[in-house]
Amino acid sequence: MSLDSEELGSLFAVIGDEDTCVGFLLGGIGEVNEDREANFMVVEKDTTPDQIEACFKKFLNRPDIAIILINQVYADMIRPTVDAHNLEIPTVLEIPSKQYQYDAAKDSILKRAQSVFNPPERRY
Amino acid sequence: MSGKDRLPIFPSRGAQMLMKARLAGAQKGHGLLKKKADALQMRFRMILGKIIETKTLMGDVMKEAAFSLAEAKFTSGDINQVVLQNVTKAQIKIRTKKDNVAGVTLPVFESYTDGADTYELAGLARGGQQLAKLKKNYQSAVKLLVELASLQTSFVTLDEVIKITNRRVNAIEHVIIPRIDRTLAYIISELDELEREEFYRLKKIQDKKREARIKADAKKAELLQQGIDVRQQANILDEGDDDVLF
Repeated sequence: MSLDSEELGSLFAVIGDEDTCVGFLLGGIGEVNEDREANFMVVEKDTTPDQIEACFKKFLNRPDIAIILINQVYADMIRPTVDAHNLEIPTVLEIPSKQYQYDAAKDSILKRAQSVFNPPERRY
Repeated sequence: MSGKDRLPIFPSRGAQMLMKARLAGAQKGHGLLKKKADALQMRFRMILGKIIETKTLMGDVMKEAAFSLAEAKFTSGDINQVVLQNVTKAQIKIRTKKDNVAGVTLPVFESYTDGADTYELAGLARGGQQLAKLKKNYQSAVKLLVELASLQTSFVTLDEVIKITNRRVNAIEHVIIPRIDRTLAYIISELDELEREEFYRLKKIQDKKREARIKADAKKAELLQQGIDVRQQANILDEGDDDVLF
């Protein structure tokens, strides 16, 4: 985290369906910078997992983003990438979407939390 | 691990002292690291409980927010495109602070409001109340998510640090301390060996001296029988006078 982004304050990023994005934008987290790059991505019906992954990686690499919100449905599509991300900043938060029930068992952080309580079998 | 795994050091008293100091240091370090691991572990468990609590709470808050979005859409028609197109600057931003737990810095997020509301006039025609409610709901959702993000970041950081600390504790306990112990045992055994050798050598010298004296006495007795008295004869090395002190 660079010093000036700390001074300026960091941003959220949202990857989600239209309703999720609209809701959070009305909440006041949306920003479009000088290069017309938005900090949110609306996933349509015909958006491919590759596109989601590319966008997710782009958000990960932006220094001004501190928290990435992603609908769990879309996180599931790019699960390996989400699980592989283990840096502190940006933090990836999986949020429920309107149509789909939130499944705590799939969340990558909660999965790690579970493994602390009941550690997986050790294989030698 | 064999009994031969020890530090390459010459077995001497000095080295023994050195090893003893190192052993004391290692034990002290082990105790301290263990305390640190315990402190982190405590914090970690606390955070874990909070995360699970907040995650379930988040489900409820998001549900309510989504519901109010549906309400707002019902009253003011489809506002999605208008909202998506009119994004300019973020109103809610995140500040990062640092929290310190047993020497580990944990980032803590904090949201703050900055600048004007872009959608101030949205819903002016109709559904303004619903939109205001919607904004409020989503803002509270954002606050909760920020809190959750802080917890999650702390969780990831602590998880990593706890692993490292435990690894160090175990390394000291099972590798470093036994190795120093073995080195000490080796030094002590070597020193004992030297002592035994020395003792044997002294005994041997005493034996030799006694033998030599017996021989000399026998020779003197023989000479005495022959009529030569050597008992009173002065040694030429012995000058006979007392030491003179100036």
